[in-house]
Amino acid sequence: MNLTLNVWRQKGPQDAGRMETHYLKDISPDTSFLEMLDLLNEQLMGEGKEAIAFDHDCREGICGMCSLVINGVAHGPQRATTTCQLHMRSFKDGDTIDIEPFRARAFPVVKDLAVDRSSFDRVLQAGGYVSVNTGGAPDANAVPIGKEEADKAMDAAACIGCGACVAACPNASAMLFVSAKVGHLAHLPQGQPERTRRVGAMVSAMDGEGFGNCRNYYECEAVCPKDISRDFIGEMNKDFRRAALGGR
Amino acid sequence: MNGLLASLGTSIGRKMVVAVTGLMLLLFVLAHMAGNLQVFAGPEALNSYAAKLQSLGPLLWAARLGLLAVFGVHVALTLKLASENKEARPTAYAHQTSVQATSASRTMVMSGLLVVAFVLYHLAHFTFGVVQPGNHELVETLADGTTRHDVFSMVVLGFQNPLVAISYVVAMALLCWHVSHGVQSVFQTLGLQSARSRDAVRKASLGIAALIFVGNASMPLACLLHLVDIPSGN
Repeated sequence: MNLTLNVWRQKGPQDAGRMETHYLKDISPDTSFLEMLDLLNEQLMGEGKEAIAFDHDCREGICGMCSLVINGVAHGPQRATTTCQLHMRSFKDGDTIDIEPFRARAFPVVKDLAVDRSSFDRVLQAGGYVSVNTGGAPDANAVPIGKEEADKAMDAAACIGCGACVAACPNASAMLFVSAKVGHLAHLPQGQPERTRRVGAMVSAMDGEGFGNCRNYYECEAVCPKDISRDFIGEMNKDFRRAALGGR
Repeated sequence: MNGLLASLGTSIGRKMVVAVTGLMLLLFVLAHMAGNLQVFAGPEALNSYAAKLQSLGPLLWAARLGLLAVFGVHVALTLKLASENKEARPTAYAHQTSVQATSASRTMVMSGLLVVAFVLYHLAHFTFGVVQPGNHELVETLADGTTRHDVFSMVVLGFQNPLVAISYVVAMALLCWHVSHGVQSVFQTLGLQSARSRDAVRKASLGIAALIFVGNASMPLACLLHLVDIPSGN
């Protein structure tokens, strides 16, 4: 496959940045998107140019490190798939592909396509945990949880915190991420004691990081590599409403 | 964060206020439409309904001021949220596209502001009588010699002007567009819908929007096509 790549280049956080065009020849359709970028970087370094910086780690779709907005869609055209699991067979020979970083005030660009997503860490620190008394390890099956509830908790816990929801939202809102983190604990008995406090603390932290407001576009759900449902946003809104009205 | 006041300082709390005020405005639109549809029942029905509303006095003014406050909060808070949303993404994408967001959801601010412009025009037209002053001054003389505002003739003659009638129909299409996303958004924002009820809420949202369009657009169209007309002899 021969490709034309328009890639965002930005020297550092203060640099204005610009799109830069590169050409890549003879790429196998079985190459993953990140391997394709590796090949482009080899080509660039061979020409004595600086390689393009992009985030990646496990390359098996579970770490949440890879990002990229490909042709305007976070994690590219394949639904429920991270960029690292996307392959070039999803594109056609001769395609022009636009590659940009996740764009949000809360995700400042570090360099080129790499962004700083530590705002997610700070939101998690505000309430994405349960408090447990220390002492002897409890029995593994001491707290019975129904299958349906366990499944819902697991659906939410599938969130890998990649930030695609923020990147895709026209308002750069983090509601899908926060609602998944609130939701997986809200569906478990261990999460109940701190449930009300957790919603308030995490939403306040989310606002403090400068994410936008949810306007129910559901673009987040469409790009989520783990298929997290918009229903978790509704559930978090319900928890928030109950907390605001002073109930449980 | 506990308590209603503290929640107003957060994004979700403010969105909930927008949702609740939006719901109030929707209820007003439905009641307003139900009252106005009496135009199809003839001059007596509409004019006595209008006279009854006018006779409420202070109650009418309380309702008007309350409505104005609700309207103001809905618009002002939305604009504040929208400006925060703009700040949340300082650099726009070079390649812009959307996967599943409906066009109604993406144009809520624009459709809302156009509805605000229509409301101002509508008030200038039928409430303050600036647009067609001649029609606004019409009075009806009752059998006992007293007079009352002839709302029926004002409306019918007003809508016989094609430009006026068409502008109302276009405005109702915009309102329908706004409400079609608005109602489902209210349910999601207030956390009132579940995975099971989501599709029913979406259909109800589209249904209510269609009802508002059909009900409200039927009046200018009926007058324009002379299906509703001034009784002969007047």
